[in-house]
Amino acid sequence: MSPPDLSSRVVVDGVAVDVPRGVTVVAALVAANSLCTRRSVTGQRRFAFCGIGQCQECRVTVDGCANQLACGTICADGMTIATGGDW
Amino acid sequence: MKHPDVIVVGAGIVGAACAAELQALGRDVLLVDGGVPGGGVTAAGMGHLVALDETDDELDLCLLSLARWDAYLSTRTDLAEHVRCGTLWVAEDDAQMAHARVRAQRLGRRGWDAVELSGDALARMEPALRAGLAGAVRVVRDGVVYPPAVARDLADTLVALGGQTRFGTAVARIDDGAITLASGERIAAGDVVAAAGTAVTRLLPDIPVFPRKGHLAITARTPRRLSHQVVSMGYGQTAAGSDALAVAANVQPRITGQWLIGSCRQDGIRHADVDPRVLAQVLRSAIALLPCLADMKIIRSWTGMRPATYDGRPVIGRHPALPHVWVAAGHEGLGVTTAFGTAQLLADLMLDRPASIAAIPYSPSRFAHVPA
Ligand SMILES: Cc1cc2nc3c(=O)[nH]c(=O)nc-3n(C[C@H](O)[C@H](O)[C@H](O)COP(=O)(O)OP(=O)(O)OC[C@H]3O[C@@H](n4cnc5c(N)ncnc54)[C@H](O)[C@@H]3O)c2cc1C
Repeated sequence: MSPPDLSSRVVVDGVAVDVPRGVTVVAALVAANSLCTRRSVTGQRRFAFCGIGQCQECRVTVDGCANQLACGTICADGMTIATGGDW
Repeated sequence: MKHPDVIVVGAGIVGAACAAELQALGRDVLLVDGGVPGGGVTAAGMGHLVALDETDDELDLCLLSLARWDAYLSTRTDLAEHVRCGTLWVAEDDAQMAHARVRAQRLGRRGWDAVELSGDALARMEPALRAGLAGAVRVVRDGVVYPPAVARDLADTLVALGGQTRFGTAVARIDDGAITLASGERIAAGDVVAAAGTAVTRLLPDIPVFPRKGHLAITARTPRRLSHQVVSMGYGQTAAGSDALAVAANVQPRITGQWLIGSCRQDGIRHADVDPRVLAQVLRSAIALLPCLADMKIIRSWTGMRPATYDGRPVIGRHPALPHVWVAAGHEGLGVTTAFGTAQLLADLMLDRPASIAAIPYSPSRFAHVPA
């Protein structure tokens, strides 16, 4: 019997990364070495701050859908994540 | 410490404007706040600079103030996040359109451009609005600012002019020509101005100012376009229902690309928690005008307690029983718009010069004073 496949492959800004199944998009960003979720009004880099859906700093685009909270979204196999959006 | 000529209690938009005005006119001013400048209701509201005309004296105060805002903003656009987006008073039916028309005429007569729009012209001007609206009045020169930044700037202006500030220091009591801080320290002054918003009544029990709660929500930044502050003609006219809740859609575009959504009025509620049932009604009324809001993302919601009075007018002038105490409070939902006008009128009265507008409607004496 083969062991269950415990990883998901997601694409962060065009780069494929494997992450354990069930982790949030924030973990995938870290795995992809991308410590930026979006840009503020003045162009500053932002990243997950509170990690519990309150601060709203970690908004990314998931599968083309803007303004998703990276800390509140679980990675799914084949997911594409785009960072650096300015809204 | 040299005694100041004037102590202003409260560094909201109203108190900060009064303090800067009095200092600019040569008085030595100390501005005191229990928190930080602009941290009270001033930080919670919407920052719509809007000419309201429910009464002639309200319009007088608005126009006096808006002229002063123009002068202020001509030097500080960036700081205040100002945008002259104009107001669209949106009419959902013919009855509301008739009211809108009267408003357009009243504002137009006073030189504050207001243009009537047909339903079709409205749809072309603001495509995010739902189809089938009766029309609107567009008030071209109304605008939007970020009020706490202005309060802070006015406090800085005060200091730059030689005035003083004490923040993080609550005032425990106001006497005739003196205040006592929570620490027990007493500071005397020629005059004291009570500009503590909803807290004025605690300091001066015969000046009745009560909280009128509003709920707000703000969206994430969006590429969608909203060019005007959109307000339902029902705003301010909506009678409170049996549950004392009046809701009317009011959506404001911020320069960040966010949409700020308000608002409702509730009396008799003293807790500042967001009530999901009430917030839902506010959002539903906004979505009814701007359907695309339904699939936008709300990132924050909060409430604010408007400092209200029983006749809907602010209290500006000398305290009826304490000759060295002055009041500038109770501006309800219009304190940002009317802050500079309030400061000018108060200064007129304090410096005993001819008043810029009729002062009687705002006089603290209108609340019958019962001597202790
Ligand atoms: C939902 C909502 C929407 C609004 N929208 C608009 C709008 O679009 N346009 C508009 O013009 N207005 C609007 N307003 C109204 C506006 O925000 C208020 O009228 C205005 O901010 C009142 O300013 P203020 O300086 O009187 O009060 P505050 O900003 O509350 O200032 C009072 C200050 O006094 C201080 N203070 C209180 N007690 C003490 C004490 N004992 N000792 C020392 N300091 C003390 C507080 O810390 C506070 O900083 C809105 C308000 C709300 C709630």
